[in-house]
Amino acid sequence: MPDLKNLTRRPEFAAFVGTLFVFIFFGYFGWPTFTTPLVIAGWLNVAAELGLIALPVSLVMIAGHLDLSVGSILAAGAMTYAIITGHFGLPDFIGLPAGLAVGTFFGYLNGLIVTKTKLSSFIVTLSMLFGLRGLVFGVTRLTTSTVLVSVKVSETVRNTLGGRIYWMGERTTFENAIILWVIMAIVVSWILYQTKYGNWIFALGGDETSARAAGVRVNRLTIALFMGSGFGSALLGITQVALFGSAQVSAGQSYVFYSIIAVVVGGVLLTGGYGSPIGVIFGTMTFAIVSQGIYSTGWDSDWSSLILGLLLLVAVLSNNTFRRLALSAGDKIETKTPEAKSTTSKAPAELKVK
Amino acid sequence: MTEKRTPYIGVENVSKVFGGYAALNDVSLEIHQGEVLCLLGDNGAGKSTLIKVLSGFHEPTSGTIRVEGREHLLKRPSDAADLGISTVHQFGGTFPLMSLERSFFVGREPTKGWGPFKVFDRKTAGEIVVREMQAMGITRVTDGSRLVGSLSGGERQVSAIARAVYFGAKVMILDEPTAALGVKEAAHVLRIIMQARNRGLAVVLVTHNVTHAMTVGDHFAILIRGRKADDFHKGERTREEITDLMAGGEAMAELEAELAELSGAGKRTGD
Ligand SMILES: Nc1ncnc2c1ncn2[C@@H]1O[C@H](COP(=O)(O)OP(=O)(O)OP(=O)(O)O)[C@@H](O)[C@H]1O
Ligand SMILES: [Mg+2]
Repeated sequence: MPDLKNLTRRPEFAAFVGTLFVFIFFGYFGWPTFTTPLVIAGWLNVAAELGLIALPVSLVMIAGHLDLSVGSILAAGAMTYAIITGHFGLPDFIGLPAGLAVGTFFGYLNGLIVTKTKLSSFIVTLSMLFGLRGLVFGVTRLTTSTVLVSVKVSETVRNTLGGRIYWMGERTTFENAIILWVIMAIVVSWILYQTKYGNWIFALGGDETSARAAGVRVNRLTIALFMGSGFGSALLGITQVALFGSAQVSAGQSYVFYSIIAVVVGGVLLTGGYGSPIGVIFGTMTFAIVSQGIYSTGWDSDWSSLILGLLLLVAVLSNNTFRRLALSAGDKIETKTPEAKSTTSKAPAELKVK
Repeated sequence: MTEKRTPYIGVENVSKVFGGYAALNDVSLEIHQGEVLCLLGDNGAGKSTLIKVLSGFHEPTSGTIRVEGREHLLKRPSDAADLGISTVHQFGGTFPLMSLERSFFVGREPTKGWGPFKVFDRKTAGEIVVREMQAMGITRVTDGSRLVGSLSGGERQVSAIARAVYFGAKVMILDEPTAALGVKEAAHVLRIIMQARNRGLAVVLVTHNVTHAMTVGDHFAILIRGRKADDFHKGERTREEITDLMAGGEAMAELEAELAELSGAGKRTGD
């Protein structure tokens, strides 16, 4: 069994405590509604949808960047799919890949501009957020003369991307997005923990110059990460079209801040270099529980924003504390050895170079 | 004294211009295996810039780099690494929030598995990093999952040097490796340098410490404002001459006299 002290020092521990806290909080104030399948499905669906964006965005943020453009990329992906299949009536095998490709492309553009101009990703993706929103509006109006495109979603897409798992009647539905969320979580965790690219991501977020000097292909990696968050945003956009049967030009803007809240509450340092996908899953659940759990309390739903704002502040503070704890983790081995007798002083005598 | 042999690395007329300022101006140098080249010079002389060119971090504005007589374009650090050139840069090089086993292998990760399912072999990485750190005398490190930030500044520096020793098959470049170290650790690093040289590696060492330079150096090159001001072998210059050159060519004796006067004055008023 891993010892408890080490467990508390893991980057996701604070995020787990956060989720537990809001769960108990709403479990108490929302009793007994909060534990009904209807409410659980409600927040799980919200968490799953947000997770599709928050997970790839967390990789961007661990690498030390921000992606504010997810809102417009979501709309661009959704609208591409909706216009191709809904307006022009072309088949899904064109519309789906096109929507995802458009999202990935604008992510690529983000990465390219960030690496070529060396401007901060904050500014670059903010420009993308506004610029792309304008483009989506313009193109949609020009081609369809509306701002809302309805789609007669095909059977296959409705049963997969837009699928719902009914449970205990019509009203309690778990979206298939939950399955996508799980797949996304596995992929992102695998990249970060199992591949060398995970190592590169941590290094890039820790110190870009040193990462470059150590041989990390910094530019390619940065571009790839932005492509990932572009893909995730478009995937959610298309999923929402599949769920609701229409795409709106203004869809998705709220995800810009939701994703950052979920990632930071999930324990990722805003400055990069530290964090974990498991933590981000907890962060996403915390966000979803607060925004949906409020409905089971009978309070005005406006209060959820206040709670989220406070949680964000507490998360940033505790992230710093946990980082300090983590950095001191090694000292537990030496607590008995007095500082002055550091073993390094014996170094020359023990030298063995192969 | 030195017969004409092809250097392992030949730097030929290399210049590096940053926005109109030539940090390196037409520098030529030979780096031989089994020798320690000490790169000396004042702050801002261009030592680190030269090292960054040699390690593929910067592409030179003009000039060529030859490795074993063949011209090479070092476009990125991995190009240099592939040629067995390993560098400890002046600042950083380690990642405080990463574990040692991760930090040590950034950019050169050991992998296991096949094709797209190749995974970073953390177990092997952990074993290697603990072994290498212990070999460097840091016996305190017994667990590769320790965060780099929990090590002392000197230990971090040693971990960066251990990395260079581990990956530097042919050439080891160290930019002020002893600057953050205590006397014993510095002596230890000098010993590592000598051992690397004796194993036939080429070592490039940047230092501001004349004693360190004279202890390990076989060959010295002095940069003054981006130009190579002097290039000589062990025993060809006196300590005073080297010190003067390191101070940017100004007579160190004058400066020392001035300092003596000041400290003398300080004493008189102090007593
Ligand atoms: N990336 C850069 N952009 C612009 N100027 C640079 C850059 N890197 C170095 N310089 C300039 O080039 C000159 C040489 O710098 P360099 O770091 O090589 O000096 P150094 O000899 O290593 O000095 P020190 O002993 O202080 O480390 C300095 O004037 C520095 O300001
Ligand atoms: Mg320097």
